[in-house]
Amino acid sequence: MKSNLPALIHLLLALFAAPLLPGIINRTKAFMAGRNGQSFFQTYFDIFKLLQKGAVYSRTTSWIFRSGPIVNLAVIITGLMVVPFAASPALMVFDGDLIFFAAALGLARFFMVLASLDTGSSFEGMGASREITYALLVEPALLVGLLALSRVSHSFSLSGILYTSGVIGWSVGAPALVGGALFVLFLAENSRIPIDDPNTHLELTMIHEVMVLDHCGPDFAFIQYAGALKLWLFGALFIGVVSPNLTDSGIWIREGFAIGGMILLSVAVGIVESSMARLRLLKVPQLLVGAGALSMLAAILVLG
Amino acid sequence: METVLIAVAVILLSGIMSLIFNKIPTISTVFGVLGIVFGCIVGLLPVTAILTEGGVDAIAWPWSVPGGSFSAAIDPLSAVFLAIIFVISIPVAIYGASYLWHYRTEHNLGVVWFFTAVLIASMTMVVVARNAVLFLVAWEVMSVSSFFLVAFENRKRSVRRASLLYLIATHIGAAFLLAFFLLMGRDSGSLDFNDFTPPVGMAGLVFILALIGFGSKAGFIPLHVWLPEAHPAAPSHISALLSGVMLKMGIYGLFRTLTFFYQPEYWWGIVLIAVGLSSGILGVLLALVQTNMKRLLAYSSVENMGIIAIGMGMGVLGWTTNSPVLMIFGFGGALMHCVNHAMFKSALFLAAGSVLQRCGTLNLNQLGGLIKGMPRTSLAALIASISIAGLPIGNGFVGEFFLYLGALSGVSSARTDIAGASIAIAIGLALIAGLAAVCFAKFFGIGFIGAPRSERAAHAVESNWLMTVPMTLLAGLCLIIGLSSYAIPQILGPVVAAITRTSSQPFGGTWSGAGTLLGTLTLATVVVVILIVVLSVFRYLIIRNRVVRSSITWDCGYAAPSAKMQYRGYSFVQIVTGLFAGLLSIRKRTVLPAGLFPRSSLLMVKAPDAFLSNFFEPLFRSVGWTLGHLRRLQHGNLQLYILYILITLLALMFWKLQ
Repeated sequence: MKSNLPALIHLLLALFAAPLLPGIINRTKAFMAGRNGQSFFQTYFDIFKLLQKGAVYSRTTSWIFRSGPIVNLAVIITGLMVVPFAASPALMVFDGDLIFFAAALGLARFFMVLASLDTGSSFEGMGASREITYALLVEPALLVGLLALSRVSHSFSLSGILYTSGVIGWSVGAPALVGGALFVLFLAENSRIPIDDPNTHLELTMIHEVMVLDHCGPDFAFIQYAGALKLWLFGALFIGVVSPNLTDSGIWIREGFAIGGMILLSVAVGIVESSMARLRLLKVPQLLVGAGALSMLAAILVLG
Repeated sequence: METVLIAVAVILLSGIMSLIFNKIPTISTVFGVLGIVFGCIVGLLPVTAILTEGGVDAIAWPWSVPGGSFSAAIDPLSAVFLAIIFVISIPVAIYGASYLWHYRTEHNLGVVWFFTAVLIASMTMVVVARNAVLFLVAWEVMSVSSFFLVAFENRKRSVRRASLLYLIATHIGAAFLLAFFLLMGRDSGSLDFNDFTPPVGMAGLVFILALIGFGSKAGFIPLHVWLPEAHPAAPSHISALLSGVMLKMGIYGLFRTLTFFYQPEYWWGIVLIAVGLSSGILGVLLALVQTNMKRLLAYSSVENMGIIAIGMGMGVLGWTTNSPVLMIFGFGGALMHCVNHAMFKSALFLAAGSVLQRCGTLNLNQLGGLIKGMPRTSLAALIASISIAGLPIGNGFVGEFFLYLGALSGVSSARTDIAGASIAIAIGLALIAGLAAVCFAKFFGIGFIGAPRSERAAHAVESNWLMTVPMTLLAGLCLIIGLSSYAIPQILGPVVAAITRTSSQPFGGTWSGAGTLLGTLTLATVVVVILIVVLSVFRYLIIRNRVVRSSITWDCGYAAPSAKMQYRGYSFVQIVTGLFAGLLSIRKRTVLPAGLFPRSSLLMVKAPDAFLSNFFEPLFRSVGWTLGHLRRLQHGNLQLYILYILITLLALMFWKLQ
């Protein structure tokens, strides 16, 4: 493990700029719908407002309920330390960090699910059941995709894999397939349409939102902030996989490409959300298995 | 070596003393607990010496039994399993003192302590035995003593059925082992392990015999059917001992079998991986449909034995294809998972026992909210659940990380078959880990938090310290291993060398690399912990002076919510079971509400084990039917029996005369 300055700057960039991404998505959706839309900085305002509030806790809940948002945010910040950005290595690089990354996200999810079950509400139980089931399909798809890239790049760490996948470009096809899979996983992990609808108004159709119905005040601020960081996290992963060869380019081009990619990705999410409806819950597993199939195809391609 | 035998003697002697004083529960409990605790501490001394310094500590005494010799030894492989036995037995015995006290009026505690002591002593002998006769004797004593422990509550019909099933299964396994050892000794003319030479041309058969014999003890699918019946039937601390420790004897046997060969064959690895993947995936699927806590834990043991088999298979694959990295991470991960599973599974069974005594039920659908009344039991259960689900911070992740690393290196292999197998392993492990997370989110989320679903759960109070301290200790060990994984390669290096009969030197580079790697992994895990602490402090500071109110859970404006409306054992996993419906046989009985003023409705869900009801029961019925014809030979007529003897003697004579 080497500590390096660019990685530290990238981490700080993520921590400060991530809440812009939901703003961009919402602005895109507003534009598509012909509205003016909220400020780009709305998520910052929300988080600050929530941080200044008190809290109301259900008498049914215990310390598990309060620990959920904390563990979730802690894990996602750690995730930002292992996922590289702009074709330069992350803060922590080690063989198998992709496995740590996937497992740590599992820990965050485990605590969020427990926190929602702790309320004793059947709504939140419903969300918990859905969330953990879909995660079950996300994890193998993510892992196999990264393994396929690992074989191409002969590297066992996320930084190495993403760096090389830029170098070899789409010539072997695997990064393209994995990129496709990762886009679906990006939408799934961040509870976006077509897997989940962050703006839905009915608890019965929610996944992520229904799990956090009872969280308020600073706890909810943590959840909102973690949500924004997670967009950044999976965005960086996706852009790392599909980015072209930038090794010989200057630092500004690399940074510009990565940041521009993040903005474009947010716009793309906004367009997806404006142009299609959420899938029926029973269809969601099919989409996720489809993403897994893309990853598997990539793996078969690189094996041959 | 003698120290371990002294430990065995101490444990056995205290067991006998408990039996002698069985009329007075206090004395027999004191003898039972103190003997086991003291014996285990004595036994740990040579074990730690071998684990830290390496080497082999052997003795061989002559023994008048035909083919037998009292040869015993501790090598690093034995030491790992001895460490499991001794470390787990101590908290289990302390816990048992309080747990069994509850039963002192109806049951004879002296007998239980005697068989517990015999079980621990015999498992120790299994691991140190270096002669087939000694091994089989110890194996048989282990099986029989555990049978008596399973049959503890023998007034219940279900317990009698479970213990009988266990007795049959364990002896079928033992029959395969008998054949296995006879074949191994055939060419060498000796039943000492050191003299074993694999029979020429029959190595494959020998391996299959060992896989069935030891696999039935470890509970590989489809030989697992006795396990989910027997383990929940035993008293909880005995369940912890059976699941946490005794299953590992099957794994130890397989590892020991590998040492008998200069090199195993390639296809053994494939077979082990296939067995492991099917046990892992089916085991966890069967676990997550259970609503009885202990049955759920028992099925989850099947899953974990599957993970261990995957690791062994990966190791064999690496061994036979000269890829040391695969071999090291495969065997290392399997051994690591043995140790880890012993800790978290024992902790979970002890927690389940505490719940059983305080709430009178193990049915998840009647529990909930225990974290309020039983905070220490709940905390231990939470830590163990995190560990068993393979999530970072817990120790389960460390073992699985080994296996993933092996798969990761295998994916880059030039051999397509290795790369393909590695991808299959990675998918399988990810699926198993995901399903285990669902399973234990259910175990903890339905059982320990939320609103209580019954009166007794609502008013449950914490068990006494004799029960909470042992499980907290085991849960603490899970965290310690989870956060100090960097030290593991040093300890496991000589063990893998002992299995493959190579010097540990060739792995030097890989091992130190693995040590550094796990150091970084530890660092990353510690970063998570530090961030959790920092964020907790931050949250505490900002909320300290704010208004914090208590209220009810948001209920969508519904006026009379009931705890029964919560998600429960089946509803929580309904989507998952739907996805894997083809692999499970779920039977539902539904009575829908009908009419304008419906009076009642009903949903009953059962998930019977298809292997037992669709495979073994018909098989044994047909075997019984076929062999039933032989009864005609046996109708109690003495003259006829004498005729049989005469015919046999004549036949033998003619055969000899030829």
